[in-house]
Amino acid sequence: MSHVVSPIREKLVTGGKSYHDVTHDICKQVEGEPTKEWKWAFGISCVVFAYGAYCLFYTWWQGIGVWGLNKTVGWAWDITNFVWWVGIGHAGTLISAVLLLFRQKWRTSINRSAEAMTIFAVLCAASFILAHMGRPWLAHWALPLPNTYGSLWVNFNSPLVWDVFAISTYLSVSLLFWYMGLVPDLATIRDRATTKASKFWYGFFSLGWTGSAKTWARYEYMSLILAGISTPLVLSVHTIVSMDFATSVIPGWHTTIFPPYFVAGAIFSGFAMVQTLLLITRVVFHLEDYITIEHIEMMNIVITITGSIVGIAYLTEFFMAWYSGVEYESYAFINRATGPYWWAYWMMMTCNVISPQLFWAKSIRTNLLVSFFLSIVVNVGMWFERFVIIVTSLHRDYIPSSWAMFSPTMYDIGDYIFSFGLFFTLFFLFAKFLPVVNMAEVKAVMKGVSTNYTAKKAKASIKTDE
Amino acid sequence: MKTMSSTNNYILGVYDDEDEVLHAVSEVKSKGIKIEEVYTPFPIHGLDTALGHPRTRLPIAAFMFGCLGLVCAQALINYTMVFDWPMIIGGKDFFALPDWIPITFEGTVLFTAFGLVTTFCISNDLYPGKKPEILDIRITDDRFVMAINVDKNKKSAADIKKALKDSGAVEVNVK
Repeated sequence: MSHVVSPIREKLVTGGKSYHDVTHDICKQVEGEPTKEWKWAFGISCVVFAYGAYCLFYTWWQGIGVWGLNKTVGWAWDITNFVWWVGIGHAGTLISAVLLLFRQKWRTSINRSAEAMTIFAVLCAASFILAHMGRPWLAHWALPLPNTYGSLWVNFNSPLVWDVFAISTYLSVSLLFWYMGLVPDLATIRDRATTKASKFWYGFFSLGWTGSAKTWARYEYMSLILAGISTPLVLSVHTIVSMDFATSVIPGWHTTIFPPYFVAGAIFSGFAMVQTLLLITRVVFHLEDYITIEHIEMMNIVITITGSIVGIAYLTEFFMAWYSGVEYESYAFINRATGPYWWAYWMMMTCNVISPQLFWAKSIRTNLLVSFFLSIVVNVGMWFERFVIIVTSLHRDYIPSSWAMFSPTMYDIGDYIFSFGLFFTLFFLFAKFLPVVNMAEVKAVMKGVSTNYTAKKAKASIKTDE
Repeated sequence: MKTMSSTNNYILGVYDDEDEVLHAVSEVKSKGIKIEEVYTPFPIHGLDTALGHPRTRLPIAAFMFGCLGLVCAQALINYTMVFDWPMIIGGKDFFALPDWIPITFEGTVLFTAFGLVTTFCISNDLYPGKKPEILDIRITDDRFVMAINVDKNKKSAADIKKALKDSGAVEVNVK
């Protein structure tokens, strides 16, 4: 039964597509030979990945002394990059879970790629967690495993251990949610497959899916419950990341506003990253009929709202620093805005608070080029936000004799490049071998949201009324 | 669907519209024909109730797994922090419950998600590498297929075919 959709809503699937057209348009990328653009893009990301992998290997081999850290600034690019990637990794599950609970149909054409992006972003974040440990081969010490020291267990009162649990739960549940969403679409590819290899592999991973009404009914319940538990999960992850800072006693970090502020920032940067990738994907794979201007506009509206929340959080932080009357706290904030790192602070303010406000104008939020540019600006801004929080709060210690500046080495930069290489290599592999749009979900909402089905729907509903 | 592979006892009504197939289910049923199952490329709300499938108990299973996750997380933390190797951390009690809420929550979610999906797969007999029983290759594309087992129906095959045609099926096949 199709849902009732207001006639003034913009169509979400344009071009008068039939169900078969949807299957054909999306499967075509998976079934065809890779295009020249894809080969180039994949090749370049492999090169970037290889260079980054060298830098990361060197970091692991030599230890984190190769980074620009010093006695005063003990966290810099590593944790900045970690928080940045984890933040980006919030949009996918938010789109598929929260928007599912709110019955937002526009999520159907973008949730698949957004979820893929989430998983890859969390993997990138994990690479910094491993690297910043200094001895990544002892990473399992962060888990409560029995050992020969007692057993000496991990400290469950520590936010760093909460983080280990939050991020690994988030990664595995997101992967599960994404995979279960893929199963019906993998079955579609299986049933169209012509080569032996694709018949086998898509058949293997589609779990013997037949699409019976009973299975679908259970599937719907399962998706709803997964969405229901993923919603608090996604909010918990960045809350816990923010507690890594908020439970410390460092001026500039010791702030109760951090959890909501970090979550808003995560959604903000995640949506911006989804926007960047969608705008590329829709052009490269000719998905203009599925990822329409309406989708882009919706994304921009979310970016504006979350950007404004982040802006209010920045101002609140500043106000509280003054209102608290704590001179260390006040100094930390004055130093952020006017100290040696003023440029990073104002970069953050401009990119995150001012630039998304441009989207109040409809002509700007429906302009593809401007949207693309601003989505990158937002992510630059969000990187600087984390840099500002981490480095400017640390670099001027309580004792002026220990004041120091941080400058990155080529390995700080190289490890960051590694994460981009990893992210894009995985994303291009995903875009080639898996359907980038959730076909079953798009088909399920097509009546009412597609230009073709409105007339047919009217006919069918009259029939049902009889 | 155990006996799908045996031939010629299934009549398949093929439809090309979700509202038509939903409507057809009640129409065919009203003629006293027992429908085995309907296969669709995407979920159709109300189809399972129209077919008379009982409501799934997956939410109950999910709740149970959630409870199990909560208990396991609490058991692990209590064992390690209170009984096995208690340590004073930040002057807090050994039993520092508020500090354990995040991990208890994550454990609950983790168990719920994996328990739920495992239950879902078992209840639908889905597993990696399973050979699907495909009645019509277009089910995962754009066709809605109503499967009727002739052996389980009192009506003759001709009557069933006629009923399917009358209900708006674009094709009627025998498998």
